[in-house]
Amino acid sequence: MLAYLLRRLALIVPTLFFVSVIIFGLQQLLPGDPALAMAGEERDPQVIAFIRHKYHLDQPLPVRYGLWVAGVLHGDLGESIRINRPVLDLILEKLPVTAELAGLAMCFALLIGIPAGVLSAVKNGTVWDYGANVFALWGLSTPNFWLGFLMILLFSVQLGLLPASGFVSPFEDLRQNLGAMIMPAFVLGNAIAAVMMRHTRSAMLQVMSTDYIRTARAKGLVERIVVLKHGLRNALVPVVTLGALEFGQLLSGAVLTEQVFTIPGFGKLIVDAVFNRDYAVVQGVVLFTATAYIVLNLLADIAYFLVNPRLRA
Amino acid sequence: MRGYRTLILAGAIAAWTGAAAAETTLHIGLAEDPDILDPTLARTFVGRIVFAGFCDKLFDIAPDLKLVPQLATEYKWSPDNKALTLTLRQGVKFQDGTPFNAEAAKFSLDRHLTMKGSNRKNEISAVAKVEVVDDHTIKLDLSEPFAPLIAQLTDRAGMMVSPKAAKELGDKFGTHPVCAGPYKFAERVAQDHITLERFADYWDKANVHLDKVEYRIIPDSTVRLANLRSGQLDLIERVAATDVAGIKQDKSLKLASIVSLAYQGITINVNNGPLSKNPLGQDARVRKALELSIDRDAINQVVFNGEFLPGNQWVSPENPYYAKSVPIPKRDIAKAKELLKEAGQPNPSFTLMLPVGPENEQVSQVIQSMAKEAGFDIKLQATEFARSLDLSEQGQMQAFDIGWSGRTDPDGNIYALISCKGTLNDGHYCNETVDKELNLARTTSDPAERLKHYTAVAEQLAKDDPIIYLYHRKWIYAFSPKVTGFVPVPDGLIRVKGVSFK
Repeated sequence: MLAYLLRRLALIVPTLFFVSVIIFGLQQLLPGDPALAMAGEERDPQVIAFIRHKYHLDQPLPVRYGLWVAGVLHGDLGESIRINRPVLDLILEKLPVTAELAGLAMCFALLIGIPAGVLSAVKNGTVWDYGANVFALWGLSTPNFWLGFLMILLFSVQLGLLPASGFVSPFEDLRQNLGAMIMPAFVLGNAIAAVMMRHTRSAMLQVMSTDYIRTARAKGLVERIVVLKHGLRNALVPVVTLGALEFGQLLSGAVLTEQVFTIPGFGKLIVDAVFNRDYAVVQGVVLFTATAYIVLNLLADIAYFLVNPRLRA
Repeated sequence: MRGYRTLILAGAIAAWTGAAAAETTLHIGLAEDPDILDPTLARTFVGRIVFAGFCDKLFDIAPDLKLVPQLATEYKWSPDNKALTLTLRQGVKFQDGTPFNAEAAKFSLDRHLTMKGSNRKNEISAVAKVEVVDDHTIKLDLSEPFAPLIAQLTDRAGMMVSPKAAKELGDKFGTHPVCAGPYKFAERVAQDHITLERFADYWDKANVHLDKVEYRIIPDSTVRLANLRSGQLDLIERVAATDVAGIKQDKSLKLASIVSLAYQGITINVNNGPLSKNPLGQDARVRKALELSIDRDAINQVVFNGEFLPGNQWVSPENPYYAKSVPIPKRDIAKAKELLKEAGQPNPSFTLMLPVGPENEQVSQVIQSMAKEAGFDIKLQATEFARSLDLSEQGQMQAFDIGWSGRTDPDGNIYALISCKGTLNDGHYCNETVDKELNLARTTSDPAERLKHYTAVAEQLAKDDPIIYLYHRKWIYAFSPKVTGFVPVPDGLIRVKGVSFK
């Protein structure tokens, strides 16, 4: 276990190196001059020259990469050209917001997806199964932004129950925070709930048809124990992997939801940065997301060990 | 029973999420996130909206574009128009308690002129020296007469910053700006909100009625409107023209609008590299034919529900500097065809570049189909905005559907864009008469005299058509009926001084 973990950890270094090269390289392929994009409508040549110089845009590519990596290794992700603030500050400011959104969305996804998947597998072929499948199809095919708009129109404009936007930190006011987060978290979690449901269902169907389930039933266990202890526990292995992968997706995929509900998270940060050619911010956010993704995958692998005793051998 | 339960649930949610707000806060929905909040370094239009809340200028403009005193109470040009003397308001304090006086004004102007990366330098580059005459008088010595200077002082170049704070924070001043406006900067969360608080020692505090102003950044106009309807916002800017009809029917909302200083037009590459070598770039008759094939009213009706104002000059027909001798030409397909025949190009073809976006795309499609009737074959090339600017500057375009956000002085809408050495003259149009008249208009501060020069420019441009001006957008605002005292101004900035709640 320890050797395995160490091996996995050592792999992170070259992976991140490649990620950093790709991020940096791809970004340079973005058409449009960042200094020009930043200089504003007036495009004053002196200002453009100043921006180029200040942010090393006048240096050759390898030098710029070197400067960036050197900074990153010292914990300095650079400075946003647009608002002159350190990228790390921006990330630390936005990350908790998106993490909360993703966490709540995951709660919705798990709370809806897994029970629905179990129900649909156990009641295979009944109206429950069809109902859950229709829900999954709906969840997968409803675009986030559209569902978001509809929910705003219903719960904010018509009923006036929930705020249409306006993020409040949970440390400032938990009630307002949850009020502002319920809708976006549901919208974001909805599609993942559908994926979760489908996977739980197929895993459960497979497990429920195995010999040990028949044995469990034969020895007279109540159905609840059979399903939850013997069935679900074994079916959860692929679902956990999926959960970790989807969580990584959530971090970067919250873009549209954050736009619709104007939540100041990662998604908005990166979209704005791409359009403004704010290179340092794009690089910082992508590097951070990539790292998060790698770590989450590692955690998922560790979770395998915990869920499935056979792997521990 | 079920209905009853739903009601209790609804009530519980409402109680759970409802916030008690005792102080008065005006929530304004902005379409974009401002850049750095340092008047010297700032670049964006939306940043100017926020500055209007906390950073007073030497002068301001009224809805009719007339000059209004703000931190300067009077101005006087020297007879040769090469020196401008300003009398400063007395008893003014910056938000950190530093007094505003001639030294402070000189400091701010010098900062605009000399700070590295200053975006203001170009705007007031005619100022050679700022002199302190006495404690409340300064004199600006110019290297050459420059009439637009006064108008520049109604914008960021005229904003006064606290010398103490500016020295302390250096190029980080924008993270905590200190000015002499009605509200003071309190907090900024990038891409989310900017909060201002009432400044107790403001020189005109009788006109400051609210405790706080919060600018919330909501880029999507539909979402902005939904937030206004649900009460999260009190006032929103840049309402989509297509939403106006719906808002008018909604009794719970109010509308205000004003024709902006901006213009939208087609810039034609007449001499910038090989891509200018085509009938449209080389022959003024072909450009005139294109203009005559376009029905500006129809564009306004089809794309903007008739909310905008068609135009054919760099200032709108409502502007005092509009040349009345050059009216908007009527659509005339027969004449357009005749001109094309005369030019020996019955079916000229060109590519029209446009920044990606539903508005631009619709406008361009309408133009494409209108011009087709005259014989034009237009290919549309929708390009991401930053990229399109790049291509335009390099001459990698034949025609470009692009706007200009507009300046108070007409000079700001044309000089850099059309004069031979203009920094924004991407089509590389160059005409002696135009240059001469534009320069003459800079040397005199007499409006009648300036109008004469601008009329000469408009007449020449109508012959050459290097830019086919199309329309002037309106700044459209929607707000809650509880908001009173809001007055739109053509520069599009939201003046929160004087705004209160009923």
